[in-house]
Amino acid sequence: MTASLWTRLSNPGHFLRWSGAAGPWLAGLSALTLGLGLYLSWFVAPPDYQQGETVRIMFIHVPAAWLGVFFYGSMTLSAIGTLVWRHPLADVAQRAAAPIGAAFTLVCLVTGSLWGKPMWGTYWVWDARLTSMLVLLLIYCGIIALWRTMEDPNRAARAVAILTLVGAVNLPIIKFSVNWWSTLHQPASILRMGGPTIDPSMLYPLLTMILAATILGVTLHLYAMRTEILRRRVRTLTIREAERLDAGAPTLVPAPAGAAPLGQAL
Amino acid sequence: MLGFETHLGPHAGFILGAYAFTGLVMGGLVLNAIRDRRAQERALEDLQRRGRP
Repeated sequence: MTASLWTRLSNPGHFLRWSGAAGPWLAGLSALTLGLGLYLSWFVAPPDYQQGETVRIMFIHVPAAWLGVFFYGSMTLSAIGTLVWRHPLADVAQRAAAPIGAAFTLVCLVTGSLWGKPMWGTYWVWDARLTSMLVLLLIYCGIIALWRTMEDPNRAARAVAILTLVGAVNLPIIKFSVNWWSTLHQPASILRMGGPTIDPSMLYPLLTMILAATILGVTLHLYAMRTEILRRRVRTLTIREAERLDAGAPTLVPAPAGAAPLGQAL
Repeated sequence: MLGFETHLGPHAGFILGAYAFTGLVMGGLVLNAIRDRRAQERALEDLQRRGRP
């Protein structure tokens, strides 16, 4: 049942239909949850007894960190989908996720740095958590660069999928770095044995912001996936037109509407 | 604005800077997504228009 639903949803034609219908609702839901999250973070959550108002940076730093890792995790699953099943949407999903994940990772690093200076007395230390997040950003940049260097999307998909799987080794390092090594960064305070250590007055605004950022990220991802499908259709039509011009025929026959040239050897 | 900054304490610049940077990156991400979509739609329309006899 679940497998059948998943197969239906991930069929390129079905994907274009349901994601087109869901897009405006998800965008509205993102705006609503983000508005609620910001209200709770700024006007309901109290200042921290030690950090004072500076703790408000946490409400953007933690969701950004979560999404930086979340998108890399989803890219890893897509990479498996590309290499094992050669699913036509897996590569599209992976390519659309990379810039979004990179943006959230960059936000995490910069907001963490701006939080670190008043709290730790420094913008940056080479401790395990900070360094592994920086490595994640560099891997994202490497993946985006690799895509841009390869003209053929099918060749690029395989190379990027392998690079993504190699980079996935960094994910458990990020998560457990604060337990494995002595770091300036605090240990896990939400996802930990024994439950969260954050006071509910701050935990619920934080969870709302995490939910809002996740919905925003998923909305952007679906939108970018649709754009990527469009880009591949444009590429196929351009090649088809060039071939027709080479053959001496001046006109192009456009692909029928809805026929995404996904998975074709281009 | 001065009152708001005073309310945020001595580290107001760090707090507002963090939110401003996040807003800038998220805004850039959304605008870039829209710009990219429009560019692809224009390219597709152009190709289909050229294809009509």
